[in-house]
Parts: sequence; C-alpha cells; structure tokens
Amino acid sequence: MGALFTKDTQAIFWNNNASAIQRMLDYDYVINRVKPSVAAIVAPTSGNKFEKFFYGADEIMVPVFRNTAEAAAAFPKADVLLNFASFRTAYDVTMEAITIKGQFKTVMVTAEGIPERLARKMNQAARDAGVVVIGPATVGGIAPGGFKIANVGGTIENIINSKLHRAGSCGLVTRSGGLFNELSNIIAINADGIAEGVAIGGDRFVGSVFIDNLLRMESNPEVKYMVLLGEVGGTEEYKVIEAVKSGLIKKPIIAWCIGTIAKHFSSGVQFGHAGASANADAETAAFKNTAMAEAGMFVPASFNDLPKTIADVYTKLRNEGIVTEIIEPELKTVPKVRRKKEFICTISDDRGDEATYAGYPISSVATPETGFGIGDVISLLWFKKRYPKWATDYLETVIKTVADHGPAVSGAHNAKVTARAGKDVISSLVTGLLTIGPRFGGAIDDAARYFKYANDRGMTPAEFIDYMKKEGKTISGIGHRIKSVRNPDLRVSGLKKYAAEHFPATPLLDFALEVEKLTTSKKDNLILNVDGTIGILMVDMWRALGYSESDIDGFIEAGALNAFFVVGRSIGFIGHILDEKRLGMPMYRHPTDDILYNVEMADEI
Amino acid sequence: MAQRAIREYDGKAIFSKHWEKYFSGFHYGFKSVMVTNGDELRAKAQEHGFEWLKQEALVAKPDMLFGKRGKNDLVLFRTNKPGDVTLEEAATWIDAKIANETILLSGQKGTLTHFIIEPFTPHSQDQEYYISATTVGEDDVLYLSAEGGMEVEEGWEEKVNEVTIPITMDDASIAHLIRANVPAGIPTENKERFITFAEQFYKFYRDQNFAYLEINPIVMVGNDMHILDLVARLDDTAGFMMADAWCGAEFPTAFGMEDQSPEEKAIAEADSKSGASLKLTILNPMGRIWTMVAGGGASVVYADTIADLSGNVADLANYGEYSGGPTTGETKFYAETVLDLMTRHKDPKGRDKILIIGGAIANFTDVAKTFTGIIQAFETYAERMKAHNTRIYVRRGGPNYEKGLKDIKEAADRLGLYIEVYGPETHVTDIVRMALEK
Repeated sequence: MGALFTKDTQAIFWNNNASAIQRMLDYDYVINRVKPSVAAIVAPTSGNKFEKFFYGADEIMVPVFRNTAEAAAAFPKADVLLNFASFRTAYDVTMEAITIKGQFKTVMVTAEGIPERLARKMNQAARDAGVVVIGPATVGGIAPGGFKIANVGGTIENIINSKLHRAGSCGLVTRSGGLFNELSNIIAINADGIAEGVAIGGDRFVGSVFIDNLLRMESNPEVKYMVLLGEVGGTEEYKVIEAVKSGLIKKPIIAWCIGTIAKHFSSGVQFGHAGASANADAETAAFKNTAMAEAGMFVPASFNDLPKTIADVYTKLRNEGIVTEIIEPELKTVPKVRRKKEFICTISDDRGDEATYAGYPISSVATPETGFGIGDVISLLWFKKRYPKWATDYLETVIKTVADHGPAVSGAHNAKVTARAGKDVISSLVTGLLTIGPRFGGAIDDAARYFKYANDRGMTPAEFIDYMKKEGKTISGIGHRIKSVRNPDLRVSGLKKYAAEHFPATPLLDFALEVEKLTTSKKDNLILNVDGTIGILMVDMWRALGYSESDIDGFIEAGALNAFFVVGRSIGFIGHILDEKRLGMPMYRHPTDDILYNVEMADEI
Repeated sequence: MAQRAIREYDGKAIFSKHWEKYFSGFHYGFKSVMVTNGDELRAKAQEHGFEWLKQEALVAKPDMLFGKRGKNDLVLFRTNKPGDVTLEEAATWIDAKIANETILLSGQKGTLTHFIIEPFTPHSQDQEYYISATTVGEDDVLYLSAEGGMEVEEGWEEKVNEVTIPITMDDASIAHLIRANVPAGIPTENKERFITFAEQFYKFYRDQNFAYLEINPIVMVGNDMHILDLVARLDDTAGFMMADAWCGAEFPTAFGMEDQSPEEKAIAEADSKSGASLKLTILNPMGRIWTMVAGGGASVVYADTIADLSGNVADLANYGEYSGGPTTGETKFYAETVLDLMTRHKDPKGRDKILIIGGAIANFTDVAKTFTGIIQAFETYAERMKAHNTRIYVRRGGPNYEKGLKDIKEAADRLGLYIEVYGPETHVTDIVRMALEK
C-alpha cells in the first residue's frame, strides 16, 4: 500500500468537465508537475479528438476518446479513472473500467444517488478486482504536492492558504465533501497540513470506507497522524475502533462524528447525507464519539474544539520529533489573464534557430548525405513519424508511379487548356487538380476502403464480390481498359514485386489477389489495377508499421491516399503546363463539329 | 433519503404487475382497493371487476405506513363474528374513522386518510408463514419463518431463519442456500412450494429494487397465495429505471408527521426546480437562533454546535442549507423566507435574535454572488430585523469570499444592522460561540 497518489499519477477523466479539469491542470502547473495529471478525457458524445486547456500561460491539448477502453489503450499508465458520469451511467462506467485488466488502481465516482443495489455491486466488483473506489457522492481526494482530484481544495488561493500544495503530515478522511476544504484549512492553521486526504462519499454504500483509508495511511510513512470526520448513521467507525484496539492502527487518530444534534429530534429530520440516519443507539454521533474516545482516539468535546485537539496532537508529535519542519517549496504562479490560441500546429515549428519537420531541423533531412529522401520528409510531415526505409521507398515508388499518365486524362487535359488560355502555372495546376475526385484518382481511396472493410469483417473473396454486387457498386481497384491477365500492367508487377521483397507481410494484397482470381475468371481484364494495388499496399504498409485499424481508417477518411496521388500527379501536370508554355501553343477552342447540339425552344411557364 | 416506504396497496400492485414473470406456478388474485372515504368505496363496487366488494366479506384497514394496526384496533374484519363485514359496513366504518383524529398506542396522532379494502380470507393459524428481505451491511438477508402474524414477532430469534445473500451470489447458489435454510417447521406437503416461493420472492425483491419487503403473514392454500399484510420500502434512487415497474407508487409522509409549513413547501418547490440545493426544516418557530448555512456538512456542524453551546436545543429555530451554486435570485428567496420566519415572534425572554450566516470553504460556489441575494433580502427586512434586535454573524470562505464579506458588511452597516464577519482564518463554527457569549 502506501500513498494513494504520487506526483506521477495520471488520470483519465470521464466526462468533459472543463472547469474541473482546468483546475487540476492549474494545480499541476503551480506544484511543478512534470506531466499533466489528466492524460485523457472520455466523452462518448463528443466529436472532438482533443480539448485545449491552459497549462500556466500556454495551452496544451488533452486527447478525447469516445470510450474508456480506447483511452486506456492509449494511456496504459493512467491508473486513476475520475468517473464524472451522472447517477444514471456512473455504474456502467465503473464496471467497464474494472474489466480493463491491469489498468485502473483507483476509480473515483462523483455521482450522488446511484441505485443502492448497483452501488453495492459496483463496490464489490471493485474490491474483488483490487480496485479502490472513492465515492460515490464525493468531491474526491488529494495527495498534496502530487495529485489533486477535480474540484478538491477549491480555488488556487485557497489551496495555498490551506497548504494543499505540498505534503504535510496528517492523513484526512471525511464523509462530508463540503467540509473537506474546511478540515484541510483547520489542519493547515493548527498543524502543518495534510499528506493525503480522501472524502469517502455521502451515499449509503460507498466503495472505500474509513478503515480502508486509515489502514493505507497507517502504512504510508508520510502520514504521521490521522483526522477522521465521521457522521451520524452506520457503523463504519466501529471498524476503526477495532483496528485501534487491536493495534492494527498505531498512529494517533483525532476523530469526531458530526450530527450530535440528531438525538434531540425523534424522527423525520434528516441531518446530513443519505447515509446519515441512526437506526440504533450505536449509530448515533454521540455514542460513536464516546466509543472512539474510549478506544484511545483523540475526541474533542465538541466540533468547535476540534482545532485545539489537532493543535495539541501536532505539538506533541513535533516535540517528540516524529513530525519535523517542512521546507516550503517554490511555486509557480498561474497568470491572471490568459489568451486562447486560435491555431494549433503539431507537425513543424519555426520558432527556434532553425525550422523543424516533426522535430528534425530542415538541414538534417535536406541534403543527400543525411540519407533522408522525399519519402522520409512525407512521413515526418504527414504522419509525424520516422518510417523505416522499406516504407519510405514504397511512398516514393507510389509518387513516381502516379506522376503522369499522358495528356488525355481529364486533369492533364484541363491543365493544358488553362495553360493555353494564357494562365500561370498555379492556375493551370489547380484546374488539373480540381478534377481529382471520385472518378479520377479516387479509386486508390475506394480500393483501400472497400478491400479493408471486407478483410476486417472476415469476408471471403466470393462474399466480398457478392457484397459489392448487392451494394450496386463496381469494385474499385479492379479492372483496366486495356491491360489483362495475358497483357499485365508492368507498374502493378513492379509494385507487387517490391512488396513481396520488402514488406514484412501483405495480408490485404493477398486477399485482393484472391479476389482478382475470381474476377478475372469472369472477364480477362478484371485485374487488380495500379490504383487498387497502391491503395491496398498502403494499408499493408500501415499495418506492418503497427498502426491500429482505426488509425488506418482515419488516414483513409482524411484523404491521405488521395494526397499521394495529388503530390505525384502534380509533377505530371506541371510538366504538361511547362510543355504548353515551351511550345507557345495558342488559345484552344473546341471544334463545334465535335459537339452534339440538341437545343429546343424553352417552354414558357 | 434513499429508502422510502410505500403503501401496502402499492406494494401489492407491484406484486400483481410482475406476478406472472416471477411467481410461475402460484396464483395471486390481487383483490385490493384503496379509497379515501366511504363513498369512494361504494362507487368502486359498481365498477366492472370489483363485484367481489359486494359479494364477499371484507377486511378494511388504514394504509398509511404504520404497523400494529391489529393492536391499535384499526382492522375491521368483524361486525358480529369474523368474516361478516359488508360493503356498507366497511364504508360506514371508514367514514367514522376519517371524521376524528386517531391516536396510536405509540402516541403518534393524526387523521386517517387512506384505507385498503380486501376480501376476508378464512384460514387457520398453521397456514400462515412469514417472509421478508432487506439489506444488512453489504448483504441481502432473507428472513423465513413457519409462523406468521403476530406470533413471529414474539420469539423472533427461535422462529426465524436468516439467509444471508452476498450481492454477487449467482442464482444457483442462492437457490441452494435457501433450500438449506428452509425453516424446519414448514409442513412437508408445503416444503417444496415454500422453497420455490422464497426463491421467487427474493428475486422479485432484488430485481424490483426494494430496500425492504415483508409479507406477514403470507397464507398458502395449495398454490393460492394470499398476501394478508405487506410492508415495503423502495430504493428511490432506482426510480429512474423503475418508473413503469413501480406502478407509479407514491412515497407518502409518515402518519402523524406534521405537514410541512407553507415556507418549507415553498423552499422544497424551489429546490426541485433548481440545479442547486435548497433545504429548510423549521425546528422551533419561536427559536432564537436562525441559521442560513451553505453546504450539507456545514449545516450539520452548525446545528451540532448551537445545541452544544446554547445548552438548550429549543433555541435552534431551523435547520437547512443552500449549496451547489444557487443563483442570486434563489439565495434572495431563501434568505427572505428565513428572515420572514425569524421576525414573526419576539423572543419570549426578550433576548436578541441571532442570525448565523455560516458556511465552510466553498469548492466552486461564488460567495460574493450568493451574498448579493442575502444583501437584497436585508434591504427588505432591515427594519423588522432591527425590531427583533437581530445580531448577524457571518463566516464563509471560497471563491470570491473577500468581496462577499466586504459587501455584506457594508450593506449591514448602511442599513444599521449589527453584523460581525469572518473568513477562513476563523474556525467555521466559532461564530456560534461568539454570538452566544456576547
């Protein structure tokens, strides 16, 4: 056991509770944490991939996921889940988190009023899985100087006044979340602050109870004594009494149960939480206070005397040398006025001595002796990764393969017509590029998308062909105007040969070739064409590089495949434009005898 | 409050709605009606499906959450001999009961308003069994006894078998456990039936989110089940999942509880419409010390401290809280309600009135904003507060508290009200000591 949280603890925050997350990050900044305490946000209905938060004067991006499993996979070291789901969904969120093996050590549940039966199941499942549940119905907890949950401690000013910015020597456990700050403040004024504090939650059934927290604090050498604030109702305090009597807990405990007022009113008035109702004498606050005092805990005469009791115990421990002077740490200050950034850039940076591509200075990638080719530059700027040579060679192969396909295709034709109209290189290039889309160049995207879709779902080649027929779609990447089995496309042969020699594996290409066997058996020219081969091998490349299927789907949806075609074919278009300029060709006008005119008199309406 | 009692009628209606699903092999007639006066009962008897009210001997009793109705002589089952009560006699009896106040043996008193009427079920004592379930600690506990009725309460230890069922136990193990713990006194011919029913009863209790469910007695006549008396509490936090399953059961206030005052009702209504929390309970309208405390935990410690330090709990006039970031308007309404109540009666001993505006250090509530609402209420009530020699003690921390304290001090000074204000450097409840020592 030992400390619940440290300065390295990171959490996944379930629900995009922006103000609470910002407070955590402000705290992190003030206490000089290395990594922000919130690693990721889970927001099932958000379409965003990240949220921006201030970190000091700057902003940082916190990634957003649609579910806990994805967030956990991306941040395997984030072992705290801050479950800020409503009482309707908090149970499901916790149960899912518990099933993610080896991920979460602590789950904090803030919702109040989770159905009791569900709360009991959740708490038991967590205990069985060795996961500490804080709550439900809690503001959370804090390890001062290390990790702070959500709104605990309130404002930064109050955190510093209450000495919650650095570890003191007291372990604090309360039922009331509303009095948590107050007690931290009392302990800061009358002693040296807290080392760890937990508000266990106000609902009738909470995950970790007083004894769980106090036993952990007993084993945490930072904690020298404990403050326990209980409440009328329940019998949890008696477990603590037993532990003190049996010697399981040896550190001094200062204890008080609130709700002594309840004895004056027979029934009907609910003083405090759902859990706060005395069903027997032993559950009254007065009875528990007496029992705790008899067990040897330090119990004040009334709540109003609690500060003095704390001061007495602390002074005693100071005099005995058990508690020593704390050296106050240097703190950073969060600026009062902060401005949000309008743009974000994650690929290159021009602020230093030399501009960089994904961290690589341009001079370190530009010249031949660096060993970087254009494929390397693309992998850095498009994918923010340094790809291995077999992959960058493949990217370059693709660009070279698609660079041009003669003057007759629509893009090249447009570029030539525009150049002949006297327009500049950029205008001419753009008119060419604008034709790239679903009918021209788009086959690369679609081939990758549909073949991957079929392969992901375990369709056989025959099922895939059947599926596409039912969808009423031709299979992108299959078929060529001229080329056939007997007259193969040598570009395709080259790509396949390269992949066979250099790719670690080509599962999607293998699948596509099985499809091709079936299609070519129907018609000789229904071969896997160059667009299909490029797209499919691109997927195989990404798989071999370790990307997840959803990453790859993301690349396809973002248009990354099309982008290779755009870059490659721009080379060809520019060639055609320069060709026109060089030849000094006149304005082009299409011959009227090549147009079928069929114009009728417009009807009057 | 999470666990709330429902009427016997509603409990039986829930049984009836789910009977086929849970209690296959058994029959339950659900011949029960609930009425609030004799004419309602007479009218009900004219409805299709309720002919039995005219045809069978009846039993009538109040359905208002309290028990021991037999001992309180509040079960009508005989006119001359058991099982001879007619519709008209039941209706007349009900009207007689609602006309006068009823005092129970426990001392609770009030007017009866709700009655349940059922057919008289002739049976012998040995056909009565007892069954109930509730939560003890973290586990469910099923209580089974071969003896039902009043018998079981005398000699509970010997007569009742307790079956402790952990929350995660699977159905097969539960069945095994119940079988192993069936009371020895159940006659052989009913044993299998009882075991089956106990299993079904537990699952029904569990799945329908009861917090407590007791049938005493349950009468088994072959496969016919007669639920003669039923007590039930629901876990109302599960209400959002159970709206249809619970047949719209109400959560009535306990019999004899004084109705809420108009002020308490108004605050409860404001609370239900707000995202913030507004609570008010009047403990003693003549009390000298009135509180306006932010936060649930703080409201408890202020009440504790006032009772401890004043030496007389009757000094404490109210209990309540406002928290969760109420708007200025909500705070103003809350403050006006408290100030109005506080300035209605002079202290009988002629002492000053004390107003405690307390609170712990807030997490996110803007203190200055909520104080703005209180200041607005001061403007309206300043003269009345002065007429009652009101002394105001303020203690609060949290976001923007310096401004809040400064504003409220300035306002009170301007209005000529006595005020002392303190921040987080002063112990949260110490203003109670200061107020009482002056």
